[in-house]
Amino acid sequence: MAKYLVGLYNDEEKLLAAVTAFQQERIPIHEVCTPFPVHGLDQALGLRKSRLPDAAFVYGALGTLTALSMQIYMYTIDWPTNIGGKSSLPFPSFIPITFELTVLFAGVLMFLSYLYVNRLYPGRRARVYDRRQTDDSMVIAIADERDWEAAKRLFQKTGAFEMKIVEL
Amino acid sequence: MFESPIREPLILGRKTYQQITTDLASPILSPASWKWYVTTAFTAMLMFAGFAAIGYTIWVGIGTWGLNKTVGWAFDITNFVFWIGIGHAGTLISAILLLFRQRWRMAINRAAEAMTIFAVICAGLFPIIHMGRPWLLFWFLPIPNTHGPLWVNFNSPLLWDVFAISTYFTISLLFWYTGLIPDLAMVRDRAKPGSFAYYAYSILSFGWTGSAKQWQRFEAVSLVLAGLSTPLVLSVHSIVSFDFATSILPGWHTTIFPPYFVAGAIFSGFGMVLTLMIITREVLNLKDYITIEHIDAMAKVTLATGMMVGFAYATEFFIAWYSGSYWERYIFLNRAFGPYWWSYWAMVSCNLLIPQVFWFKKLRRSPWFVFIISIFVNIGMWFERFVIIVTSLHRDFLASSWRMYAPTWVEVTILVGSFGLFLTLYLLFARYLPVIAAAETKSILKTSGDQYAGISWEAYRARKQQPAPSPVLHPAMDPDAPHS
Repeated sequence: MAKYLVGLYNDEEKLLAAVTAFQQERIPIHEVCTPFPVHGLDQALGLRKSRLPDAAFVYGALGTLTALSMQIYMYTIDWPTNIGGKSSLPFPSFIPITFELTVLFAGVLMFLSYLYVNRLYPGRRARVYDRRQTDDSMVIAIADERDWEAAKRLFQKTGAFEMKIVEL
Repeated sequence: MFESPIREPLILGRKTYQQITTDLASPILSPASWKWYVTTAFTAMLMFAGFAAIGYTIWVGIGTWGLNKTVGWAFDITNFVFWIGIGHAGTLISAILLLFRQRWRMAINRAAEAMTIFAVICAGLFPIIHMGRPWLLFWFLPIPNTHGPLWVNFNSPLLWDVFAISTYFTISLLFWYTGLIPDLAMVRDRAKPGSFAYYAYSILSFGWTGSAKQWQRFEAVSLVLAGLSTPLVLSVHSIVSFDFATSILPGWHTTIFPPYFVAGAIFSGFGMVLTLMIITREVLNLKDYITIEHIDAMAKVTLATGMMVGFAYATEFFIAWYSGSYWERYIFLNRAFGPYWWSYWAMVSCNLLIPQVFWFKKLRRSPWFVFIISIFVNIGMWFERFVIIVTSLHRDFLASSWRMYAPTWVEVTILVGSFGLFLTLYLLFARYLPVIAAAETKSILKTSGDQYAGISWEAYRARKQQPAPSPVLHPAMDPDAPHS
């Protein structure tokens, strides 16, 4: 069971100002939870850009290669069929399935990666600091007890409407 | 940022974040009314009647249908194309409108995506039962087999369909569920801890907490899935149209089919979204979210796509004449004036003529009127597929094999049953899942509602007659503001 000092805000502008204030005072923030995506929060926290879109590109390329090699192997190498003397390597006919598998691989594998990096899975216990964090309140959690005194002052100064210590 | 209200706010009723949560989570966590049970029981009855008819078809065989030697595709494939078309609006609204930054989509995208998924489920049923021997479905899959292995035919658009529709279903489902996870967490945290609902929504919400990193990844995934879905949605109905266009049959062998089918799919999809949304906003009391503005905007899309479809009808006729092909010209004259003339004119009036009323703003903004028109759109688009399939087939190249087609009770029951399945799934969705994307709606509350910018919309309205207020510059954008 770890203990956290938690401050709650009800306005995303106050939250952004508070996050900036914590960064300036060099008090490490353990986590910020919000009920909806707050624009600019990732920059304020200095989060690295998500690499999921890059991963999706790789997955998509994998799908393209899978589709093409599957069709060429089955239709051209393993059992070439002569249909009216037409080519047994009909690239135009391969386009629809190649496109669909590209999208399928990129989408499915990206979704699975998303769940994996977020550690989301069915039945996982949600570590919720305050139930209002999925409703209307934004939460800043401070983990290190040595920072709590300074953090309390900062929570008050930046307009948190509530402060509490949560055990998770 | 300029703070001059130009358009109506996207969400009415001066909502706070908490009100949005309450409006969406409380119908899920409180007991359903008897009306919901009665309606769901009725649609489930239709669904089971349809399942019984499907069972009868599989047990006895395709001979229970009205098909004959000449008309080999009829009711069944009509229903398939109809449902696939319905399934296009959801992804269009959520993906294409997301890329175009149309924020009004946020009130309707969740329900429209759900509708997409349910419609694709209905559509998927039909080709499978049409095979007659559905237990041989695996012949469609490129898997090693004992026949050689003899592989599937990659030249066949029917095989492309298998890939396109299964990909479309999977991606739509993932896109929908990605958006649902935060909202399911919202419902979880409103439920009483220890209650059944709490455990159910805990499992469904995958342990979402809404941390900054999760949201950052959420937005990245949403954007990429939207980017992938946009060409996907266009490809699916194009490939469905290839089923017809790559044949040599007059009336089917047409290069206009892919764009024509895609426009028709958007048209019918928006028709169905309007039908369901107008009822949903009444019943679940969501008029502040799904506003008259939304109905107005969707009616405009319906009008535009209806005219595209009408233009395609005209182009087909022109090309039939201009091609100089005797057979092509005959099939089109037969469509409009042959024994199935009534289906052709039902299609033209429902899809092209009746939606013209949407030129009038008053009519676009009257929900019940739009509801009635949307029903006509649904009927018209069903007839469009019937016209394309049956009228082209029933008189083929050999006059001695000309036949008429009429459905049997089995086919009609399966169609009714597919509506039962669709509506039952939709009713379950509306009861147990948040029908509006709550987190996304909260994120646009500030920028869309002036209550946060200090002026209420009512106050602005009252001032509307006076000269426009000078725009207020945000301090960060104001070059004259003193630097802090």
